Order: sequence, then C-alpha cells, then structure tokens
Amino acid sequence: MIIRRPPDIRASEITPKSVYLRRREFLGGAAALGVAAALPFGPAWAALTAAKSPFSTDEPQTPLKDVTSYNNFYEFGTDKDDPAKNAHTLTTTPWKIKADGLIDKPAEYDLDDLIKDIALEERIYRMRCVEGWSMVIPWVGIPLASVLKRLEPQSSAKYVAFETLVRPSEMPGQKGLFQALPWPYVEGLRLDEAMHPLTILAIGLYGEKLPNQNGAPVRLVVPWKYGFKSIKSIVRISLTDSQPKISWEVANAREYGFYSNVNPDVSHPRWSQATERRIGGSTGGLGGLFAKRHPTLIFNGYGDQVAKLYDGMDLKKNF
Amino acid sequence: MARAAQQRSMVSRVVLGSDPVRRAIYIVGMVPAVWYFYAGINNQLGADPLNVLERALGLWALRFLVAGLAITPLRRLGGPNFIRYRRAIGLLAFYYAALHLTTYLVLDQGLDLAAIWADIVKRPYITVGMLAFIVLVPLAVTSNGPSIRRLGARWNSLHRLVYIAAAAGALHFIMLVKVWPLEPLIYAALVAGLLLFRFQAYARKRWAPQPAAKRERTRSAS
Ligand code: HEM
Repeated sequence: MIIRRPPDIRASEITPKSVYLRRREFLGGAAALGVAAALPFGPAWAALTAAKSPFSTDEPQTPLKDVTSYNNFYEFGTDKDDPAKNAHTLTTTPWKIKADGLIDKPAEYDLDDLIKDIALEERIYRMRCVEGWSMVIPWVGIPLASVLKRLEPQSSAKYVAFETLVRPSEMPGQKGLFQALPWPYVEGLRLDEAMHPLTILAIGLYGEKLPNQNGAPVRLVVPWKYGFKSIKSIVRISLTDSQPKISWEVANAREYGFYSNVNPDVSHPRWSQATERRIGGSTGGLGGLFAKRHPTLIFNGYGDQVAKLYDGMDLKKNF
Repeated sequence: MARAAQQRSMVSRVVLGSDPVRRAIYIVGMVPAVWYFYAGINNQLGADPLNVLERALGLWALRFLVAGLAITPLRRLGGPNFIRYRRAIGLLAFYYAALHLTTYLVLDQGLDLAAIWADIVKRPYITVGMLAFIVLVPLAVTSNGPSIRRLGARWNSLHRLVYIAAAAGALHFIMLVKVWPLEPLIYAALVAGLLLFRFQAYARKRWAPQPAAKRERTRSAS
C-alpha cells in the first residue's frame, strides 16, 4: 500500500506521534494479514482503498504538491496559496450534513453514516477551472447517486442544491471587511446531472483523505463542468423543484451561469475558454514556464457520457 | 586595455546613465524581473509559474508607475526631492510593462496571433492593459536628453499621458480580478489620490488668485 504525502511534510508533523506510530502498526498488521484498510472514514490515519474505475483517465496526473497548494477556496482567502496556508484550522470531525427539501428521509446525518457501506472508487478526472487552467486529479469517492438514493428523492424533485460550511472562526475568508462572496457558498445541479455516474462525492485524493484546502471532508466533483461547480466542504444537500441560485451567478450573472459546462466555444468575458494550461509546474525542467496550452474539449472531454443530458438545449444561452 | 575599459564605461554610461544613483536604481529595479525569471525556470514559483511571473511583472510595472507619479507630490509636500530619478523610474515602469506584455504574448499565448487579437478586442481588461502599454511607448521613446530639448514645452504635455497609463493600469488590475480583493483597490486609490493631487494643483494655479481683469474675462467666457 502506498501512502503519499507531500515530501516536505513529515507525517509526524500532522498526526500526533502516538497515532502516527499506531498507524505504522496498523498498516504493518494489515499488510501481514493481507487485509485492506477497509475503513472508509474515521481516524485521521486511515488511508483509503478504492477500486479502479473505467471512468478514469490515464493522462499524467498533476503532482500532489500542486493539487494541494494551488486552490480556489475563497472561504480561506482569494489567493491561490491561501487555502493551503489557512485551512489547517478547519475541524472536520464530527461532520454533519443536513439533508432536506423534497426527500422522504430528511435529517441531519453524520457524514460517516451517510456514506456507510458504499464502495469507494478511485476516479482520475480532468479538472478544468473557469480561469483557463486544468489539472488531472485522482479522487477517491462515491457516486453522488448512491447517496441521493438513500435520501429518497420525491417525484417532484428536479434539482439538488449544496451548501458549504460557514464558520468564520475557522475560515478567515469569511471574516473582515473584504469578503469575496456572500456565504454560504451555494452550488446546484439538475437532478439528472446529479444522478449521472460521473458525478461523485469525493472524500479523498491520491489515496488519502481530502486535505482541508481541497474541500475536506467531503466535496462534489463534476468533471464536465468548470471547477467552481464542484463545491467543497458540504454541510447541506437540499432537493428542490426550482433551479437554485448558485453563488457565482448571484455575484455576476453575466459571467457565470447555472450550467457552466466546459465549452471552448462559449468564452467568458475575462478568459477565452478555447485553450487551457495544465498545471504541473513542479514536474521538472522548464516545463512550467514554457508549457504549451492544450485545446479545451467540449464537456471537458466527457461529451460521450454527458452530451445527451443537454439534447436540444442551446448551450450558448444556457452557459 | 585602457581603451577597452574606456569603451566599456562609455557603453554602460549610455545604457545606464552617468549618475551612480541612477545607475543603481536601474540595476536594483531590474532585480525583481531577474529573480522571478530565475525562480520560474528553477521551478520555484509554485504550481502555475507562468501566471506568477506574468502577474509579478505587471504588478511591478504598476508599482513603478505609482512611484513615478509620487515624486512631485512628495516634493511639494515638503518631502525629499527625487525629481532627478523620475526618468529612471518611469523607464523601469515601461521595461516591466514590456516584459509583462512579452510574457503574455510569448509564454502565455505562445504567439497565437488569432487568440491574442481576440483577447485584445474581446476582453476589456486586456484592451485596457494594451491601452496603458501603448500610451507608455511614446513616453519611453522620448525619455532622453535630446528629445527633451527638441520637444521643449510639448515634452511636458506629452508626458502627462503617464496619468492615463497609470489610471488604465490600475483599472486593468481591478478588471482582472473576479471579486473585490484589497490589493487592486489600494493601487486604484493610490493612483486616484495622486491624480487628484495633480489636478488640484493645476486647478489652483488655473483658477485661484488672478488679477481682477483676468478673472472678469474668465467669468464672462464661461
Ligand atoms: C502599463 C501597462 C500594464 C500594467 C501596469 C499592468 C498591470 C497588471 C497588474 C497589476 C496585474 C495583476 C498583478 C497581480 O495580480 O498581482 C496584471 C495582470 C495581467 N496583465 Fe497586465 N498590465 C499592463 C499591460 C498589460 C498588457 C498590454 C497585457 C496584454 C496584452 C496585459 C495582460 C495581463 C494578463 C494576462 C494578466 C494576468 C491575468 C490573470 O492572471 O488572469 N497587461 N497586469
């Protein structure tokens, strides 16, 4: 079993020594018995075992260091390196998710209960940010559909809305005079998009639990949409019959739409969406500075799977 | 031997000027550009080194523009007089703007002319940045002794274009951020303050105590 960490952070710096030592024992024991570490959640030292998925890409993966140091997570600040600097203050256990709206099982769920016994999968997805850069990230998660089914949506439910945690004491971007967005951060999907097998709730990446700056303990990943749709640190899931007002649409409706499907033909007023820069500056040589842009693909290259969701829709109007 | 040294010193005098302080300003002023480029090719600029380099060069261009604009108010308000170094600072602003533009053209866009043109006409923040740069070109070209002598009073009016460059640079910065972080607003406030100071000084000279007859004429003309 391989447990990857940024090379400059020793495990002992993150985890109390005793736990860290126990982890060694545990892994040793598990290996000896040939048992996988089958704990999907719980103690901080649990590595995640996940089944491979045919949905994964075999493109080169963005180094862990870049995935965890270059983040848009405005609850922790607006600079790309703010989340990595500030998110360590976030406590993610216990973690409750309020499920409400048009479902038969509304409740405040403990995250562990909500995802219990759903098999973890590794999904290596491209992620395309609306700002014109992209990464390839090995997520660990479960299909959102399997969680939604547990909540038993009613037939009138058409959309799913999500909210991020609001906790100014642990999220410095939610304090002070200059706050980037109104909180909570809200995102949403049409129910068929939410039930699509590509849509996952991720709880880890690179075989370990999600780092806080990447949206711990649980976030959405919708690989054919711009990154901001993949809402982080989710505390609420509501099923509704009307289209939720998503945060970026509220902030600037001319620039950001509800669908926000990756589309090279619909350019954003600030960024052409025709091409993208693959992040991976630390991979070596002059690659970072002199890397060529890649052409951006419609639906981020997932058109075969998802284009039919939008049959007959004008994607320029519904951007 | 001696001749070679003499030639070398002549070259450096033409390039850097003869005043040692001014030379030091050029050399120190170029340190950030060299550092960022060096760090970039050595993978020390994080996950997206190109963007960090591009932004750093733009930010230094704006900083030198603000510094250049601050020199006169500083002196008027009783501070030190750096007027001898204003040209060096202005030229540094231009060099950084040129490096910033070059980074965008070559490293960011890979000289894809169609994409660049589309950016310039369709993306207002690029349009405004380009305006700032174009305005700086005639100023940089005429920032030398012979031009100053040749242009005389017109030189001063020409160089007032720097107000437009600074305002456009600050606006460009505000337009390219997605939300309202503090930094671009601080630069915009600085530029606005400096422009206001100049305008106030100009207005005071133009409209304040004037001989009665002249004031009469101004009034009837308005
Ligand atoms: C006097 C001229 C200019 C000044 C003072 C200036 C200033 C700036 C500043 C302050 C930034 C942001 C730095 C930061 O975020 O820390 C920036 C970014 C940028 N500028 Fe300029 N700029 C100028 C001209 C131009 C021109 C001519 C272009 C292109 C044609 C351009 C393209 C860009 C781009 C692409 C970015 C980065 C945007 C992003 O990261 O999304 N700028 N500039």
